Amino acid sequence: MNGNTQRINIGRDAFDVEAIRADFPALRQTVHGRALVFLDNAASAQKPFRVIDTVRQYYTDDYANVHRGLHYLSERASDAFEAARGKVRGFINAREDCEIVFVRGTTEAINLVAASFGQSHLKAGDEILITEMEHHSNIVPWQLLGERLGTVLKVAPVNDAGELLMDEFERLLGPRTRLVAVTHVSNALGTINPIERIIALAHAHGARVLIDGAQSVPHTAVDVQALDCDFYAFSGHKLYGPTGIGVLYGKRELLEAMPPYQGGGEMIREVSFTRTTYAELPHKFEAGTPHIVGAIGLGAAIDYLQEIGLEAIARHEDELLAYATARLQDIPGLRMVGTAARKAGIASFLLDGVHTHDVGTILDRHGVAVRAGHHCAMPLMTRFGVSGTTRASFALYNTRAEIDTLAGAIRHAQELFGR
Amino acid sequence: MNELKDLYQEVIFDHNRNPRHFGKLAHASCHAEGFNPLCGDKVSVYLKFNDQGVIEDVSFDGSGCAISVATASLMTETLAGKTREEAEAMFERFHSMMLGEEAGSDAAALGKLEVLSGVREFPSRIKCATLAWHTLLAALKEEKDRGAISTE
Repeated sequence: MNGNTQRINIGRDAFDVEAIRADFPALRQTVHGRALVFLDNAASAQKPFRVIDTVRQYYTDDYANVHRGLHYLSERASDAFEAARGKVRGFINAREDCEIVFVRGTTEAINLVAASFGQSHLKAGDEILITEMEHHSNIVPWQLLGERLGTVLKVAPVNDAGELLMDEFERLLGPRTRLVAVTHVSNALGTINPIERIIALAHAHGARVLIDGAQSVPHTAVDVQALDCDFYAFSGHKLYGPTGIGVLYGKRELLEAMPPYQGGGEMIREVSFTRTTYAELPHKFEAGTPHIVGAIGLGAAIDYLQEIGLEAIARHEDELLAYATARLQDIPGLRMVGTAARKAGIASFLLDGVHTHDVGTILDRHGVAVRAGHHCAMPLMTRFGVSGTTRASFALYNTRAEIDTLAGAIRHAQELFGR
Repeated sequence: MNELKDLYQEVIFDHNRNPRHFGKLAHASCHAEGFNPLCGDKVSVYLKFNDQGVIEDVSFDGSGCAISVATASLMTETLAGKTREEAEAMFERFHSMMLGEEAGSDAAALGKLEVLSGVREFPSRIKCATLAWHTLLAALKEEKDRGAISTE
């Protein structure tokens, strides 16, 4: 507890949460007559004016299709779209812009790798190693691939705290392991996986590594070159950007050796009815008109976060999580699910005698938005012997006072249910 | 906060804590399993018909929130002595209540189930209250199909 208290005191003055809250118009509203307390950020985060205004401005003044028009607006839109790619590259410290592929979100990024890397690099009997804490989007694409190609899915288990069992993980890494696909941060429990070690171990076995970064990029600075991961996937909407835009980072030599994911416009060099040659990276993987304004909005979100500082954000969220964990653990009849030593931004819990959906409904009437359910991680829920949990997830704009409201609402749920 | 009291009435807490007719039914004529993949709620409904086509015994089991468990429990209390057609009519009445349609003279026929009308104010929870009823409908269909096969 002392460690947490100490951390809470660091940087309290440097981070002006009230100023940040003023940047997010959605936070000003009341819900059922109560001030909104938005703690469902792991599902999707609210948007700052910077993003909303950027999207509005591009639709109002600068909108046209990209990469083909010879006219003024198309050039402006193309420049802004490619500038957004550059911002993403800088954000995760990729080596080159062409290693940044715009997709719909983390789910599509993983499906792209499964389809394209799967087709070119995997065959029947090859093993793909994931963990027990994966989101369905990092399970089902590999199962679909297995049905098509005969690849084999291996699953590394977690302990009761929700930490990956590294011994088991190492044991499952074998001569047939071709790909390791692991989440950076668990969306259901908040566990931070030791991906540096995972990547090093996988590479030592000759396996490629895909990191699901959907939950990590909002909370921590990511350096894909330092990590040396082969693929890194994340979504814009959890990063305070628009929905429908996401990113697949891939090492250039890998992306070049992979076939296109979808065919269409934008991704070709030359088309005839006998033969088509493909465009250079990253356009080879961006068939059709992209989500132009989504990418530009994501760029605005990245600008906004970098101005505040990713380290300051991480510190604030770590403080919130430490405070929330302490407050929640003080509530009799409440059990935390996911107590890993290294966690980010998520507090999952169960209440004795009150089903998670009833908790969700009662909290909502207090203005508190949380997620109740299996969090698209049914195998993990099965591992913990529960059908679901109530999950509070924190963002840069959340406050300790909001966590106090959460705790009060939980006590009310218990009172209603006579607990 | 008053809507919460309308939703979570004492009858609902009572049936959630002590569900009636809970467990598998030995020698059931038909049964069906219901599952809501969005929330993971599971319920199975078991029916036993007598030779006159009347529901003689009924039970349910499964797991879920207070609304889904209490609804299933209350439902089982209303079904004994009803024919298949009468049970289907109960489904329709309950469904209409959930949709907020005027129940009119049917309201009285819902009896205790009327306490669930508060669920209407919580659109995301209506599925919790209808899961057991849809499962009942599936069980009744099984009974109907079985009857159709045996009479041909």
